[in-house]
Amino acid sequence: MSHRRFHHPENHAPFAFNKESDDLIAWWERKYPSERRASAVIPALWITQKQNAGWLSEPALRAVAERLGMTYIRVYEIATFYTMFNLEPVGKYHFQVCGTTPCQLRGADKLKDFCERKIGPKGHVSGGGKFSWVEVECLGACVNAPMIQINDYYYEDLSIETLEKLIDDFAAGKEPQPGTYVKRQTSAPEGAPTSLTDETLYDGSRAKPLAAILNAPKPPEESAAAPVKA
Amino acid sequence: MLLDKDRIFTNLYGRHDFRLEAAKQRGAWNSTKELMQFGPEWICDQIKASGLRGRGGAGFPTGLKWTFMPKVVKERPHYLVVNADESEPGTCKDRDIMRHDPHLLIEGCLIASYAMRANKCYIYLRGEYIREREVLEEAIKEAYAAGLVGKNACGSGWDFDIYCHHGAGAYICGEETALLESLEGKKGQPRLKPPFPANAGLYGCPTTVNNVESIAVAPTILRRGAGWFAGFGRPNNTGTKVFCISGHVERPCNVEEEMSIPLKTLIEEHCGGVRGGWGNLRAIIPGGSSVPMIPKEICDSVLMDFDALRDVKSGLGTAAVIVMDKSTDLIKSIARLAYFYKHESCGQCTPCREGTGWMWRVLERMVKGEAEASEIDTLLDVASQVEGHTICALGDAAAWPIQGLIRHFRQDIEDRISNYRMGRPHVQGVTLTAAE
Repeated sequence: MSHRRFHHPENHAPFAFNKESDDLIAWWERKYPSERRASAVIPALWITQKQNAGWLSEPALRAVAERLGMTYIRVYEIATFYTMFNLEPVGKYHFQVCGTTPCQLRGADKLKDFCERKIGPKGHVSGGGKFSWVEVECLGACVNAPMIQINDYYYEDLSIETLEKLIDDFAAGKEPQPGTYVKRQTSAPEGAPTSLTDETLYDGSRAKPLAAILNAPKPPEESAAAPVKA
Repeated sequence: MLLDKDRIFTNLYGRHDFRLEAAKQRGAWNSTKELMQFGPEWICDQIKASGLRGRGGAGFPTGLKWTFMPKVVKERPHYLVVNADESEPGTCKDRDIMRHDPHLLIEGCLIASYAMRANKCYIYLRGEYIREREVLEEAIKEAYAAGLVGKNACGSGWDFDIYCHHGAGAYICGEETALLESLEGKKGQPRLKPPFPANAGLYGCPTTVNNVESIAVAPTILRRGAGWFAGFGRPNNTGTKVFCISGHVERPCNVEEEMSIPLKTLIEEHCGGVRGGWGNLRAIIPGGSSVPMIPKEICDSVLMDFDALRDVKSGLGTAAVIVMDKSTDLIKSIARLAYFYKHESCGQCTPCREGTGWMWRVLERMVKGEAEASEIDTLLDVASQVEGHTICALGDAAAWPIQGLIRHFRQDIEDRISNYRMGRPHVQGVTLTAAE
């Protein structure tokens, strides 16, 4: 289990939703049956965290509870259970370094050491509020390991050199492109493609003839199971 | 080897546009209405005949699962929930489907929902997949605008609503009942079964939870015929599958291949082989972090399917192949996985909550060699007491990698311990500090 708590909630600044957050939460609420508004709590907390500079304060949790008609403790337990909710301030650029085995095998430990040297200790905000980093569990981009999620997006196939450049670029106010940092197309193998080179897949032949043939749904064994509707 | 013409995910790498027009060009949404005209039973029968087994790890026959839903909708609505909480270390296949071929998934949701008489579908993405969610939301919007979903979806007469939902970083929410709890706005702690979701799932209503890949292949199976799909792989292990190969290979990648492809062929054909050659291979975790590792001798000849891997006491899981060459500190790799399970245990069942932390701490000492040789058996004993004694499978998943390590590489641990005793402690890199 991961144990997370507020440390000094008495110092937290008051919180109120801005119009944009309010509208977004309303949009999420409409996805669920009207008596099940609590379903929107995770998206609502995420929107709140966005508005509140990347972390959730106690007043922010209370605002969400009130907004969704939940008790505070129900919202608090969600915020402490799910690890994407930060309960302390983070940097403007929050680096989440994946440290689980597939990334570890390809050098995540080096990236962690580098972050420690360049940014500071885990969970510590540096660079005048600009940077912070934490180690997180598998982010699901294992064929592009090692990788880091910086704010919303994935930066993949990193090395010390590309990571250093990334940090420098963010520090200089640039917005580096997410995605892979070696020569490859997303999750495809580097170099010559080993699959999906047949151009007839993309020339529209898949769309046309099938529409005419109608797939001929003759089930091989179960032909009895298909009462044809007029 | 699978031919391009038989690949389902023709935009796996995003070389082409994910949007509706381009997806239609590639064959998505082709004759969807006609596929639905023979009724839900026909669809279930087709999926059953195709031999499709769930792609989320457990490998339960998908068509059979669909038939567990009540045949008539009574006062409680039916739901389809798509499990896109892809968090199993090593696995990143659903991500590619969602960001590059979202229309295949949406079409699959419509067909599967219809087959289960569900008018509503939620896709539960892991919170970190923000780009993927943006793409999927856009694709859903397009599908609504084109009348492919919504009222009278595709002109089929079936009303169908589809929504994206997201989590916020909890591996356990990939367990189907934890996912449902989370979707209801609670902590993701698994429910006791029975009742099974098909009787009482989301909001207490009949629900089926399926993996993204299982759902996304369904339309193509119907279009090309169950026999076509069943023609790949060995009996009981049919179809095509997206494999994720990570770790010590020359070119890690995702690739769609035939089931039952030899592991060695998979790695050599698509990944440029193991780093330093096949001879440099030490061990492979063949199905995501939860399955036991297998040593090189087994990797030489094993086939990548459910039954072949079960026979060597491992599993296909999510088909996430994690390759480890001879430079790997296997004990450290497994210790890191033990930390993962400790971190991700939901804390509900005592054997898992306490056991995962205990196993991790012992393994961290074993990484250094700072342990008693007798502790290896104690560790095995604890692992077997966690396994099978918890509500969900996370306890099993935490125990299996450790059992696999000891089964095949006990000597490594013993050597490490005796080296440490002889004053030659193993030099190791960064160790994890205790989190709390």
